[in-house]
Amino acid sequence: MRLKALAGTEAAPRIEEKLSGSVIESNEACMVVNKDSIAGIMQLLKESAEFDFDYINNITAVDNFDHFEVIYNVTSIAKKHTLCVKARIPGRDNPEIPSVTSIWKGADFQEREVYDLMGIRFIDHPNLKRIALWEGFEGHPLRKDFL
Amino acid sequence: MPDYDNLILPYSSGDADKDEGLLINEIIARSQQPIPDPDAWLQGVDHGGVVLTTVDAVLGWARKRSLWPMLFGLACCAFEMMAAAGNRWDISRFGMEIFRPSPRQADMMIIAGTLTWKMAPAVRQLYDQMAEPKWVLAMGSCAISGGTFSESYSVVPGINRILPVDVYVPGCPPRPEGLYHGLLELHEKIQKQGYLKDNVHLPRLD
Repeated sequence: MRLKALAGTEAAPRIEEKLSGSVIESNEACMVVNKDSIAGIMQLLKESAEFDFDYINNITAVDNFDHFEVIYNVTSIAKKHTLCVKARIPGRDNPEIPSVTSIWKGADFQEREVYDLMGIRFIDHPNLKRIALWEGFEGHPLRKDFL
Repeated sequence: MPDYDNLILPYSSGDADKDEGLLINEIIARSQQPIPDPDAWLQGVDHGGVVLTTVDAVLGWARKRSLWPMLFGLACCAFEMMAAAGNRWDISRFGMEIFRPSPRQADMMIIAGTLTWKMAPAVRQLYDQMAEPKWVLAMGSCAISGGTFSESYSVVPGINRILPVDVYVPGCPPRPEGLYHGLLELHEKIQKQGYLKDNVHLPRLD
């Protein structure tokens, strides 16, 4: 299956049309969005006929010192296109973002991994606990300030 | 009785069917009498061969020649261990071919790979379930010292933090020849060890 990578600049106006103020910036590779509107955006991406993103490939996160980014890679198997969405979480203390497990079941373990290694809490996640490390481990080892 | 010393059968000279017929006819011609069963010695006298040795020597020999490893691998070193068990290197030459899937039937544990702290209780439990006497071989850099992950938050920096180790085999991963060298060193060690081994008693892990 040949997939077309949807540019962020292509998707952003269509999202803004429905949910104004949710997209912070967009470029060829991805679309950076406001973390509070991530659930609404993901719902739209999954359910609108033009996007129809029925599959979540990957959820990961990046520590950018002054802010965190949670990165979602989604694919539409029917429409044969993909999109990269980044949600920006400002600040370092107690980062939180709405969970997308109610939209894609496959997000469950990936969000747990992000929580485990990066310490980002996913609000309304059904079972948010460590997945790779053990209970009682101190800190989140993929953060830049871990050592 | 057939004359086996001079039994030269006509092997193929090109005409396969003709040669096959010659071969069969030859076998029929030479097989008119049954070969006597080799049981004459049963009627003979037992000459009572006596061998003098020590219990330690016999026990060490028996132990080292029937060392059953545990079927257990942690990371990429396990593939070299599997290759060592396969037919090219063939671990059964040393009486070790039976990799036991149960710790209760195993004599030695090859720690083949990176041990993480999360896996450590499981490895310790398997070791505790093995019957005495038991030996441990650390295979590869990660098992010896944590290797390239020794500073990591999740990797045990050397399995001697968890278990008493008898032989260390360096390499990343060691080739099957390297593993064999370690195993033969362990055999030497077992032979020298004698009947009364000083077992390392680890404190209970509850």
